[in-house]
Amino acid sequence: MAMPQDTSMKNPEMLCVLSGFGGQGVLFAGKVMANAGLLDGRHVSWMPSYGPEMRGGTANCNVSLSDDAIGSPFITRPTALIALNQPSIEKFGPTLENGGVAVVDTTLAMNVEEVELPEGVKLFAFKATQMAEDEGLKGLANIICLGKLWAETQFADLDVLEAALKKCVPPKHANLLEPNLKALHLGIEL
Amino acid sequence: MADEKSTPVEDRVLMKGNEVLAEAAMRAGCRYFFGYPITPQTELAAYMAKKLPKIGGTFLQAESEIAAINMVYGAGAAGARAMTSSSSPGVSLKGEGVSYMAGADVPGVIVNVERGGPGLGGIQPSQSDYFQATRAMGHGDFFMPVLAPSTVQEMADLIYLAFDLADEYRTPAMILADGMIGQMMEPVTLPPARDPESLPKKPWATTGTHMEREHNVVNSLYLTPQKLEDTNRERFERYEKIKATQQRQELFMADDADILIVAFGASSRIARTAIRRARDKGIKVGLLRPITLWPFPEDAINQAIDGGCKALMSVELNMGQMVEDVRLAAHGRADVSFYGRTGGVLPTPEEILDQIEALAARIGCAPSAKAGE
Repeated sequence: MAMPQDTSMKNPEMLCVLSGFGGQGVLFAGKVMANAGLLDGRHVSWMPSYGPEMRGGTANCNVSLSDDAIGSPFITRPTALIALNQPSIEKFGPTLENGGVAVVDTTLAMNVEEVELPEGVKLFAFKATQMAEDEGLKGLANIICLGKLWAETQFADLDVLEAALKKCVPPKHANLLEPNLKALHLGIEL
Repeated sequence: MADEKSTPVEDRVLMKGNEVLAEAAMRAGCRYFFGYPITPQTELAAYMAKKLPKIGGTFLQAESEIAAINMVYGAGAAGARAMTSSSSPGVSLKGEGVSYMAGADVPGVIVNVERGGPGLGGIQPSQSDYFQATRAMGHGDFFMPVLAPSTVQEMADLIYLAFDLADEYRTPAMILADGMIGQMMEPVTLPPARDPESLPKKPWATTGTHMEREHNVVNSLYLTPQKLEDTNRERFERYEKIKATQQRQELFMADDADILIVAFGASSRIARTAIRRARDKGIKVGLLRPITLWPFPEDAINQAIDGGCKALMSVELNMGQMVEDVRLAAHGRADVSFYGRTGGVLPTPEEILDQIEALAARIGCAPSAKAGE
């Protein structure tokens, strides 16, 4: 397997939980992140929730990007979290590594301040769903948050992330690529 | 530079384990799939339903698991590469059909993406069907090759191999996976697609005589005891060949290991993380990962013991099943112990690390004990 040539300046290990209601696109955002890792030639895993919790309306996935082989794809101490609703920040916020990053959509997670986060966690809370609707990007709060997470962690090079996004938008929905890219940059420039 | 980076690394794609099983099976020449939905393997059947008809194959959702395995029996008897898949409770239902296939020497592939049991159990990852797969998939006196993938890449590689082993030795073969490997996505390089016409011919199959030969009979009923014994003995000679040539395993950090963790599938991944951490602490521990569960890699266990390994710890997602094979292989020549979680609960690397440290201390291989020598 040809691995990328220069790993000296590689991005750090990313252990990310993406969580929200079913339909908010957390699995898709996770796939974009995982594909960025794939394009970077890194070890990658994407593990969705498939239990009864999914049927109760919440969905999440665990995405690991690493320069070493990945053990369990289930992440117990994430370094990053995208939470698109209140149950998600309540459930996963406290599991973050010290100094981790949390990106929270406060349109649906209205009581973020009530959640006790581990020491040094950098919290970025904003109304992503509202912002998406205002910008004509309905349904793309997931990608706005992914953009913000990228801005804070640089888990891949930007051109790689954009290529991953292109790869994940199915050809029959090619018209959605532009709004997705717009949402990504909206998040990055927040 | 941007262009170069936006090109996929070789031909790797990001796919779910269950979907890779389906895609690689088709590439191996499988043209018949019979199944019945059950979590956590349903994506496999869904993928087959979408893709198999497009390459001239048949996807059929049977009325039950029992019907599905008997359809595999029929298609296999007619010489086709056929498979079925299910998860633990559904696999139990297939037991009778697999026994008939073994008794009639009919090849076919059975996939079990395990979930917790017994009974309906749960739907989270488990390895609680080890005994069933390696000992008693059905009634009678038979074994079958059982392959245990630990990555999505191995889902592709091993199902390809399973079809070849099944045909070569005229036996059912099983992929024993679990909900973790089935549901997760990882990068995978898919194997080349083979034309079913290019596969070795099966002169025993019931393909129609075309008035050119005696008719073939595929059957598992032998009412004359001597004939049945002779048939079984011939089959066990094949088993001996399989045992002699098909044991497969992966060794990781094993060369100088005092302790070997024996783990397969999902648990081997977690064990690997724990082993790295234990190495950082100076404990000489490695991994022996069985890839074939039957035949069990007893030769590798013996070589490890000959090479100085003092203790083997089987780490499983059940209450202790493979540990019996480890014990049989070690034959009293090394300390054998077990650690497991069950019901769909996965151990953390820290838990396994604690077990490694305790074991190292117990057998006098802890780094501090060494320093004091």
